[in-house]
Amino acid sequence: MDRIIFLFLRRMRAPLLVLIAAYTIAVLGLVLIPGVDAEGRPWHMGFFHAFYVISYTATTIGFGEVPHAFTDAQRMWTIVSIYLSVIAWLYAIGKILTLLQEPAFKRAVIEQAFARSIRRLREPFYIICGYGDTGSLLVRALAQRNIRAVVIDRNPDRIDDLELEDMGMYVPGLCADASVSAYLTLAGLLSRHCRGIVALTDDDDANLKIAITSKLLHRELPVICRAETRDVQDNMASFGTDHIINPFDTFGDRLGLALHSPGTHLLYEWLTSVPNMPLSEPLYPPHGKWVLCGYGRFGKAVHESLVGEGVEAVIVEADPQRTGCADRCIIGRGTEAITLQAAGIEEAVGIVAGTDNDANNLSIVMTAAELNPKLFMVARQNRHDNDAIFKAARLNLVMHRSEIIAEDILAQLTTPLLPVFLQQARQQNNAWANEVISRISAVTGEVVPEVWTLTLDAQQAPALWQTLAMHDVHLGEILRDPRDRDYPLSCIPLLLLRGKDPRLMPGEDVVLRSGDRLLFCGRSGVAERMSRVMYNGNVLRYVLSGEERPDGWIWRVMKSAE
Amino acid sequence: MNLEKVVFGFFIILALTLNFGFFIGEFDNPDHHNVYELFAVIVVNLIATVLKFGDRTQMGALLLASSLVADLQLLAAAVVWGYAQHVSGTGLDSMVMGSIVSLAGGAMLANIVSVVLLIIETVNLRR
Repeated sequence: MDRIIFLFLRRMRAPLLVLIAAYTIAVLGLVLIPGVDAEGRPWHMGFFHAFYVISYTATTIGFGEVPHAFTDAQRMWTIVSIYLSVIAWLYAIGKILTLLQEPAFKRAVIEQAFARSIRRLREPFYIICGYGDTGSLLVRALAQRNIRAVVIDRNPDRIDDLELEDMGMYVPGLCADASVSAYLTLAGLLSRHCRGIVALTDDDDANLKIAITSKLLHRELPVICRAETRDVQDNMASFGTDHIINPFDTFGDRLGLALHSPGTHLLYEWLTSVPNMPLSEPLYPPHGKWVLCGYGRFGKAVHESLVGEGVEAVIVEADPQRTGCADRCIIGRGTEAITLQAAGIEEAVGIVAGTDNDANNLSIVMTAAELNPKLFMVARQNRHDNDAIFKAARLNLVMHRSEIIAEDILAQLTTPLLPVFLQQARQQNNAWANEVISRISAVTGEVVPEVWTLTLDAQQAPALWQTLAMHDVHLGEILRDPRDRDYPLSCIPLLLLRGKDPRLMPGEDVVLRSGDRLLFCGRSGVAERMSRVMYNGNVLRYVLSGEERPDGWIWRVMKSAE
Repeated sequence: MNLEKVVFGFFIILALTLNFGFFIGEFDNPDHHNVYELFAVIVVNLIATVLKFGDRTQMGALLLASSLVADLQLLAAAVVWGYAQHVSGTGLDSMVMGSIVSLAGGAMLANIVSVVLLIIETVNLRR
C-alpha cells in the first residue's frame, strides 16, 4: 500500500501546488479589493467570505455574490479568479485521472490487492504456475475438493478467464512471469500456509526456474513440475524436485500397462478419475501389429512402450530426418489412405495417431477406420476445446495431455499415498488387479470411488490415537458403520504404510499402530462417517465394543463410583 | 547547488519565520496579530507540506509529519478566527485571540522541528 500512496503523492505535488497558488491569489485579491455594503458604505471582504466565494466559484457551483452585491472591481477580479481556479482544478483532476490510468500505477494497485488477498489466506493453499489447459483443469478440481489455489500466469487473457470462471471459491490470480522469484514470493511462496507449488507453464525453462527458486527459498515445500524433455527432467530431479511429470512418458507407460495387464490399467483409471463419475470400461488393447503415426516426443514414448511389450510397431512420419527415424519408417502424414496401406493397415490391430495437430489426428483415425473397421484406435488430443469432436469420434483411448497431468498432480496433492499404492500395484500380476477391481466395484457400484488417506495421529484421528495407547485395535474393527455396527462401512483399505514399509490390501486382522497411514477407497460420504469415528471417543467406543455410554463429567464420576 | 533544495529550504524556513511573526506580540491583543499574516502562514505551510510529499526516507516522513501537524494547528486557528468573527458574534475578544495565538504557537513548535530536521539533514551531508 505504501508504494501506491507515495507514488500518488509524488505525482500530485505539482497539481497541488498549482491549486494552492490559484486559491491564494484569488482569495487574497478578493480580500484586498474594496467593496460597498447594502447601504453604500465602503467594506472589505474578510478571509472567511473570500474563501467561501472562491470555493464555490472554483468548483463551478456559483452561488452568486455574497454577502453584498459586488462592485465592478470585485467582478473584474472574480473573472480572473474563475479562469485561474477552474483551470487549476481541471489540471489537478486531469492529473489524477491520468495517474489512475497509468499502467505502472494500475499494476501497483493490482499487485497490492493480490498480495493482500494472499496475506489474508488463513488455510492451506497451493501455488499453481501456468493457467493453461492443465492449470485450469487442476484448479477447478482442487476447488471442487475445497482446496485453495493461487494462480500465476504470464498471459493476461488467462487471468481474465480465471476471474470470469465460477469456481465456487475465490482463486487469486496474478498476471506475472512466475519464473521471477519476486512474484513467487508475492504469491505466498514463503507463507506458512503454502502447501506446495506446481509448475505447469508451457516452457520447460520457466518450470525449471520455478523449481529451483522454490527449493532455494522454501526447502521443505513440495514441488511438482511438468517437463517435456528428458534432460530438463533429469535436471529437475538433480536438485530434489519432488515429482516430475512428463505427459508423453506417462501416457506411453499407461498404454504399455493396458497392453500388458488390462486389470492394473483399469485400477489406475478408476482410482485417479474424478469421484462419482461413471466408471470407465476395461480396455483390452490387442496384441499384434500396430501403426504409429507421428514420431515426435509422444510417438517415441508410445513406441518405446509398445516395443517394450513385444508388440510390432510400424512408424509413419512426415519428417523422418528431423525426428530421427529415417531408416525405419514410412514417409507420409498418415492422413491419406496410400500411406496407411503402405504401413499395412489392413492386417494391423491398432493405430495410434500421435501428431501435434488435432485435425490430422482425427483424420488419421477416421481414414484408418474405413480401411480396417476392427482397429483399436488411440489418438492424441492436444487442445482442451476439441473435447466434443474427440468424444464423437468414438475412440478406444484418447491421450489428453492436460487431463493426464492434472489427474496425476491431483493424486499427488490430495492423496499422497495413492502413487505409492499404484507403484506397488504395478508389481502385482493381472489376476491380483482383477480381484481388487471386483472388490472395489462390489463396494462402490457404478461410479468412480472416492479415495482418501487417514493418518493415525493426534490431528486426524484423536480418538483412535488415544485408544491405541491403551489397547490393540484391529483394522476390521474400525471399518464398521457408526450408525449400526452390525453393518460394515462400504470402503476398502488399499494400503497401510507403517514407516517406510507399505502393505498392500491390509486384512481385517491387522493390528493398528499409532502413526500408521492408511489409504482407503469407497463410496462417497463414507470418509466423513469414518472421520466421525476417528474424532469422537463415544462413537469409537460404540464401534469397537457396542457399548453406548453416557459421557459427561458427572456420569463418568457416577460410573467410577459404581 | 540544487535549485530544488533552495526552494524546499526557502518554504520551510519561511513557514517558520512567518509563523513566528504572527505569534509574537501581546498574547491576547488582536491588534498585535494580523489576519494577513495568518493567511500567509497557512499558504506557505501548505506549500511546504506538498513539497515534502513522496519522500520515502525516514527523514522525509518526519518532515512531512511535522508539517501536517503545523497545518492542522493553523487551520484550527483560522477556523476559530472565522467562527468568532462571523458565527458566534462574540468578535475577537481576548479569550478567542488567546486560543488562536496558542494554536499558532503550537504550529510554530512543529515548524521549529521541521527546520531543525532540515539542518540535521544538511549537516549530515558530507558534500
